[in-house]
Amino acid sequence: MANTDKAKGGADIAISIRGLVNRFGKQVIHENLDLDIRRGEVMGVVGGSGTGKSVLLRTIVGLNRPAAGRIQVLGRDTGNLTDADWRRLQAKWGVLFQGGALFSSLTVSENVQVPMREHTQLSRRTREGLASLKIGLTGLPVDAVNKYPSQLSGGMRKRAGLARAIAIDPEILFLDEPTAGLDPIGAAAFDQLILSLQRSLGLTVVMVTHDLDSLVAICDRIAVLVDRQVRVGTMAEHLADDHPWIREYFHGPRARAAGIGSS
Amino acid sequence: MAQDDAWYESETRDRRRYVRLGGRWTLDAVPALKRRFDAKESSSDLPVTVDLSGLTALDSAGAWLIERQRRHWAGRHGAVTVEGLAPDFAPLYERVAESTDRTPPPPEPRNLLLDFLESTGAGTLAIGHEGRALLSFLGVTIVTMGRVAVRPGRLRFTSMVYHLQQVGLNAMPIVGLITFLVGVVLGYQGVDQLRQFGAEIFTVNLVGISVLREMGILLTAIMVAGRSGSAFTAQIGTMQVNEEVDAIRTLGLDPIEVLVLPRIYALLIALPLLTFFADIMGLLGGGVMAVVLIDLSPAQFVHQLKEAVTLWSFWVGLIKAPVFGFLIGLVGCYQGLMVTGSAESVGRRTTQAVVEGIFLVIVFDAVFSIFFSYVGV
Repeated sequence: MANTDKAKGGADIAISIRGLVNRFGKQVIHENLDLDIRRGEVMGVVGGSGTGKSVLLRTIVGLNRPAAGRIQVLGRDTGNLTDADWRRLQAKWGVLFQGGALFSSLTVSENVQVPMREHTQLSRRTREGLASLKIGLTGLPVDAVNKYPSQLSGGMRKRAGLARAIAIDPEILFLDEPTAGLDPIGAAAFDQLILSLQRSLGLTVVMVTHDLDSLVAICDRIAVLVDRQVRVGTMAEHLADDHPWIREYFHGPRARAAGIGSS
Repeated sequence: MAQDDAWYESETRDRRRYVRLGGRWTLDAVPALKRRFDAKESSSDLPVTVDLSGLTALDSAGAWLIERQRRHWAGRHGAVTVEGLAPDFAPLYERVAESTDRTPPPPEPRNLLLDFLESTGAGTLAIGHEGRALLSFLGVTIVTMGRVAVRPGRLRFTSMVYHLQQVGLNAMPIVGLITFLVGVVLGYQGVDQLRQFGAEIFTVNLVGISVLREMGILLTAIMVAGRSGSAFTAQIGTMQVNEEVDAIRTLGLDPIEVLVLPRIYALLIALPLLTFFADIMGLLGGGVMAVVLIDLSPAQFVHQLKEAVTLWSFWVGLIKAPVFGFLIGLVGCYQGLMVTGSAESVGRRTTQAVVEGIFLVIVFDAVFSIFFSYVGV
């Protein structure tokens, strides 16, 4: 559905979260959290350790059941969907887990074909062709197609994971720390890859990250998790924010090294 | 979506084919479109003009299909012109075009006979390597045991007690139940067969000798190999995956001393105790059957049992226990340390630990049988 639903004004919310509460035992992670993610934007999610960045992402994709709150993805309320609707919704997003989470008993190509088998009626040859297209889109060399995940480096595994996440042309892409564990050059290349895929496929991207360079390079807006809630804004807005953690984060030495908050 | 389905049409004029595409060219539509392309688009060899101005939606699957067809035409007819692509779709189409048709190298042709020979050879060699590595591990373990025996303070006593509880105390219910039931089965079958000769009373001999000499120790060893040998492999293997074993080494500690010895000592102590318990439970099972089926009083059963077995019957079973315990522990720990990298390898090694453990137990049981018959007990 690339680039089709433009200029619809208010209807352009891909994900809408209202009053989300997450708690584990007595520990409250999110309290009345509200968040809107627009169609076609790259939203970075940052926060200190234990503020529930990954929990937020897992909650949206249904791996974690919230204690309270309403989550709408592409206009569908994820809380009360039938199994069939849920499956249909799942086909509209792709998730890249931290380590790639490739199935170790399948080759890269077979990994990419898994969502196609599950959600489409494509023939085997079409699936193979599309799989090698997606693998090519993520910049993996041709001979990676028939390799097993254990034969790939960490960075290549992430690319393969990304190929699987975009296998059936999702509208939303969830990335959990996509650049963690990559060297700076690899991380920068991965940022550019995500950005160019996002532009050409018209994706909405939600990206949990610690990487300030990534935030600067590709995020349109940034959601900062502080005090069990979320503050959303552009980089410039966050720089003006005087919440202590946000100040520390965007004005700290590492932020200056990344070329932000230097003033 | 029906009013907006993907469509395409073609016409020929002025010795040129004009193909117009429109609608939603997305993943859902791809199977049907591809079938139409494959079925119809092969006859003419005129130059082609592709008009994409009717597209209302395009995703990478659709773009891939168009690009694939364009190349097909280009290969046959030479000149293909593409026009009318909306600027919205241009970046996607270009990216897809760059990455389309990178045909992966075909898998190498295989020769079944050669493959079979190769895998047989590799398997045989692997058995040899495995045996040699296990022997060298045995050597290292014994040397470490000697070193620790000289300085007993280095034995990880707490760890050993913990494992003693895991492999000994916690195994008692299942070992007891299994041997009791096997005693019941032996008793029942014995009575059934021996009754034909009027020799039911010798069921007691049958149960007594088979449980004490073989069944008690074998069943216990097999249960422990399945239960604790596998647990050792999984524990040490997971530590290996987490690089905990490497951390132990870099801290100047010896993994054999820290991880392997407490486990092996625990089994050395636990297996004889479990075997004794299993013997009692097995005799109890057989005894219950004898009392129920041939109207023996418990006192008569005990009397007949005393006639049937000697103290050596009991010792023959029990002597094997520490040896089997050592073998199970050795294989379990060895396989754990052999784990490399992935979680998958933990699973494979765990299976191997159980199989090798039980295999070694039975091989050594046979060796013991020959030895005992040689010395005449």
